[in-house]
Amino acid sequence: MPEVSERHAYDVIVVGAGGAGLRAAIAAHDAGADVAIVCKSLLGKAHTVMAEGGAAAAMGNLYPEDNWQVHFRDTMRGGKMLNHWRMAQLHAQEAPARIHELEEWGALFDRTPDGLISQRDFGGHRYARLAHVGDRTGLELIRTLQQRAVALGIDVYMECTITRLLKDDGHIAGAFGYWRESGRFVVFESPTVILATGGIGKSYKVTSNSWEYTGDGHALALQAGASLVNMEFVQFHPTGMVWPPSVRGILVTESVRGDGGVLRNSQGRRFMFDYIPEFFKAETADSEDEADRWYDDKKTNRRPPELLPRDEVARAINSEVKGGRGSPHGGVFLDIASRRTPEYVQRRLPSMYHQFKELADVDITAEAMEVGPTCHYVMGGVAVAPDTEESSVPGLYAAGEVAGGMHGANRLGGNSLSDLLVFGRRAGLNAAYAVIRMRSRPTVSDADVRAAAEAAVAPFADEGGENPYTVQHDLQDVMHNLVGIIRTSEEMEHALKAISDLRARAARATVEGHRQYNPGWHLALDLHNMLLVSECIARAALERTESRGGHTRDDYPATDQSWGRVNLHCVLDGDEVAVERRPLPVMPDELRALFAE
Amino acid sequence: MGYDLAMRVWRGDASGGELADYTVPVEEGEVVLDAIHRLQATQTGDLAVRWNCKAGKCGSCSAEINGKPRLMCMTRLSVYDPTEPITVTPLRTFPVVRDLVNDVSYNYRKAAELPAFAPEARQADGTYRMQQEDVERGQEFRKCIECFLCQNVCHVIRDHEDNKAAFAGPRFFLRYAELDMHPLDTNDRRRLAREQAGIGLCNITKCCTEVCPEGIKITDNAIIPMKERVVDRSFDPVVWLGSKIRRRDHRTEPDPPPTTAMAG
Repeated sequence: MPEVSERHAYDVIVVGAGGAGLRAAIAAHDAGADVAIVCKSLLGKAHTVMAEGGAAAAMGNLYPEDNWQVHFRDTMRGGKMLNHWRMAQLHAQEAPARIHELEEWGALFDRTPDGLISQRDFGGHRYARLAHVGDRTGLELIRTLQQRAVALGIDVYMECTITRLLKDDGHIAGAFGYWRESGRFVVFESPTVILATGGIGKSYKVTSNSWEYTGDGHALALQAGASLVNMEFVQFHPTGMVWPPSVRGILVTESVRGDGGVLRNSQGRRFMFDYIPEFFKAETADSEDEADRWYDDKKTNRRPPELLPRDEVARAINSEVKGGRGSPHGGVFLDIASRRTPEYVQRRLPSMYHQFKELADVDITAEAMEVGPTCHYVMGGVAVAPDTEESSVPGLYAAGEVAGGMHGANRLGGNSLSDLLVFGRRAGLNAAYAVIRMRSRPTVSDADVRAAAEAAVAPFADEGGENPYTVQHDLQDVMHNLVGIIRTSEEMEHALKAISDLRARAARATVEGHRQYNPGWHLALDLHNMLLVSECIARAALERTESRGGHTRDDYPATDQSWGRVNLHCVLDGDEVAVERRPLPVMPDELRALFAE
Repeated sequence: MGYDLAMRVWRGDASGGELADYTVPVEEGEVVLDAIHRLQATQTGDLAVRWNCKAGKCGSCSAEINGKPRLMCMTRLSVYDPTEPITVTPLRTFPVVRDLVNDVSYNYRKAAELPAFAPEARQADGTYRMQQEDVERGQEFRKCIECFLCQNVCHVIRDHEDNKAAFAGPRFFLRYAELDMHPLDTNDRRRLAREQAGIGLCNITKCCTEVCPEGIKITDNAIIPMKERVVDRSFDPVVWLGSKIRRRDHRTEPDPPPTTAMAG
C-alpha cells in the first residue's frame, strides 16, 4: 500500500493556475480565507499564456457608445442564444472593473492617444472592446496575476496533479494528488475546491491547446457528482497554423483579421462573402469596399465577413478545403501582407511575426499564411450557479474554461480572458464566504485516500500492457475524424464504440520506470480524464439533433427552435455517462428587449 | 523527406547520470521537441521532459542542445546536419530533478524577494493615463516568458554556485528595470537592486541577451540603465547632496518582502 503522509489543510483549494485560478485565489485571499493553489505545471506557465488577442470589456475608451448591454447582446448572439443569460450579463457588467484593477497590479496595456487602455476589434463584437498588449495579452494577464499572488504570499504547490476529489457526506472535503517530481502522494484537506483546470484539446489531433489540457477538472467534477453542460459545443478556431507539422494547430490570433487581414482561397477570392448566414446578414458587409471602410468608420459600414463568429468561419474554411480550393498544405490563405504596411504588422502583431518567422520561415509582412481549423476551446463544462460559480456538489466551484454556460454554443474571441477574471473572482469570494459560514468542517476519510492511492499506482502493477502514448494517439484520431467540425450520427456512434474500446485499453496501460517525474505514468492517469470527457462530448453531440454554433450536424443542418430552449447535461450514472435534457434558464424581459430590433 | 536522427539524451537524476544514445525517425519541418516526444512515445516512456505549449510562449522546455541553451520547441532540426547526432542535456546551472527536468525553484525564490508594484493614486476621473511611448520600455521586458535560459547561461551563477544567494540574475534585473521605468510605480528599488539582487556582479558580457528567445535586449535596455540608476543613487555626490538638501525623489524605499514559504 503506497504511503500517503503529506497533508495540508486550507479553507480554499484552487486547482489550476491560469487566469481563472489565480484570480480566484487572490479573491479568496482578499476575503480572508486561507487559500492554496495547486497546479500541474510551473507557476506562470498555464495555457493562459497562449491567449493572444485581448480581453473583452465594454470600457468605452474608443467608442463611448459601447456599454455592457451591447457586449451582453453580442455575447448572446455569438452563443446562438444558448448562453446562460445571467452569466453573460454578469460578465459584461463586471469585465471593465476587472481590467482596470489589473493596472493596479502592474499590467501595461497598449494605450489610446488619450492615455487610456486601448481596445481592438474582434469577431462578433459590435465595437472595438478588447484590451490588449500587442498580441500577447494572455501572457500579460497571467504574469500580472502571478506577480500579485506572489506579492500576497499565497501558497502555491507547483507540478502537483490532483487525481481525485474527496467528499464527506456529499460535501467536498478535499483533494488527492501526486507530486510530479517525486511521485509521492499528497492530500489537501479543504471544505471548498475551485476547479480552474481549463479545457480538453489534448483529446484532439489538431489543437492549439497545451499539454495540460486533458480535461482534468471536467472529469474530477463529473466523478464527484456534478454535471457537465453544453459538452457538445467544442470550438474549432478557424485559423490554426497548418505547416510545418511541428506547428500544426498552433493558434494564429483572430487579431490578424481584426487588424485588417483577409481570408482567400486558392483562387484568390475572399470566399467569406459567400458564407454570410442569414442570422448575421444585417450586421455584415456585403462588399469588399464596405468591409474595408469599416476599420475606420463603424457608424456607416458593417464589419467584414472574416470577423463573423468563429464557428461560421471554421465551417467556411472546411468547405473551401473540401471543395478543392484550399492552400497547398490543406488550409486557406490568411493575408495581411497585401493589406497593411510591414511596420503596422510588426507593431500590432509582433508574436505572430516571430512565430511564423521562427517556426515556418514565413515573413507575414511579405506573404500570406496558411491556416486551417484547430480544436481551440470547449464551451461545455461544469454546470454552476451563475452568481456564485458553485456546482451542484456543495463546496465544489468552477471558473474559466472548465465551467460551462457562459458562452452558449459558441464563444466570442476576447470573452475568455475577461470570463477568467469575472468568474475567477466570484468563485474565490463565494468559496471564502461559504467557509466563513460553515459550522463544522468536513473530514477526509482514510479509506478514500487509500482507494485514490491504489488507483494512482495501478499502471505500475503489471508489465507489457498498453502503451499510454499509443492510446492517446488513437483517441486523438477518433475525435478528430469522428467528432470534429462536421458530425453525423453514424460517425458518433462509431466514436462511442471506439472510446469504449480505448477505455478498456487505458485500464490495461502499464508504464516502466518509477514514480519520479515519469511522464508515461502521468499520461496513463490523465488518459482516464480524456476518455471520460471525450465520451461526454460524443454523447451530447449525438443527442442534439440540430446544428448550432460550434456543433454542426451534416444530418441535421438546420437550427431547430425547440432545441434553443434545451441544455444537455452529462452526469455519471455508476460507470456510465448519461445525457439529460434540462430547460435553458429563461432571460428576463428587460434583457430580452435588447434583442428586439 | 524524413530521416533517422541520432540523438544523445542525458538520463539520470540528482545522484548522477549519463548520455544515452537513440535513433529516432524524424520528418521535414520538425523541431527537437518533436523528436523527444517520439522517443517518449516509442522507445522510452519515462523520459522526463518538461513542456507545455510547444509554441515558444510558456518557457517550459528549456534545455541545452549541442551545448547551447535553447527552447526545444523553437529549435528546428533543419539547422543541424542530419548526419550528425544532436545532444540534449538539462540546464547546467540548476539542480537536476530527472533527465531533462531541472529544479528551477531558485527563480521563484528570487521573484518572492522583489518588492511588488506600488502604484500612485488614480487621477480625479478614476483613470490611470499613460502614453504608449512610456509603457513601451516596460512592455519589452514583460515579453519575458520566464524560460530561465538567461539565468542558466549567466556565468555569475553558472560557474559559481556560491554566488546564487547574492545574485538575482538577468530575468530579475528586467523586473527591477521594468518597475523603475513604470510610469505609475512609487517604489525605489535601486538600493535593493545593488544590495540584494547583486546587479553589481553583472559585468555585461551579454550572454543573457544572446540566448533570450523573445529577443529582449536584456543588457542594453534593462541592466545597463538600471546600473546607471543605482550608481546615480549610490555614488553620484551631486545627487547625494541634493537628496540631503531637498528630497527630489519622492519614491519610497521598500524593504524586501518577508520570506514566505513557497510550498513545493
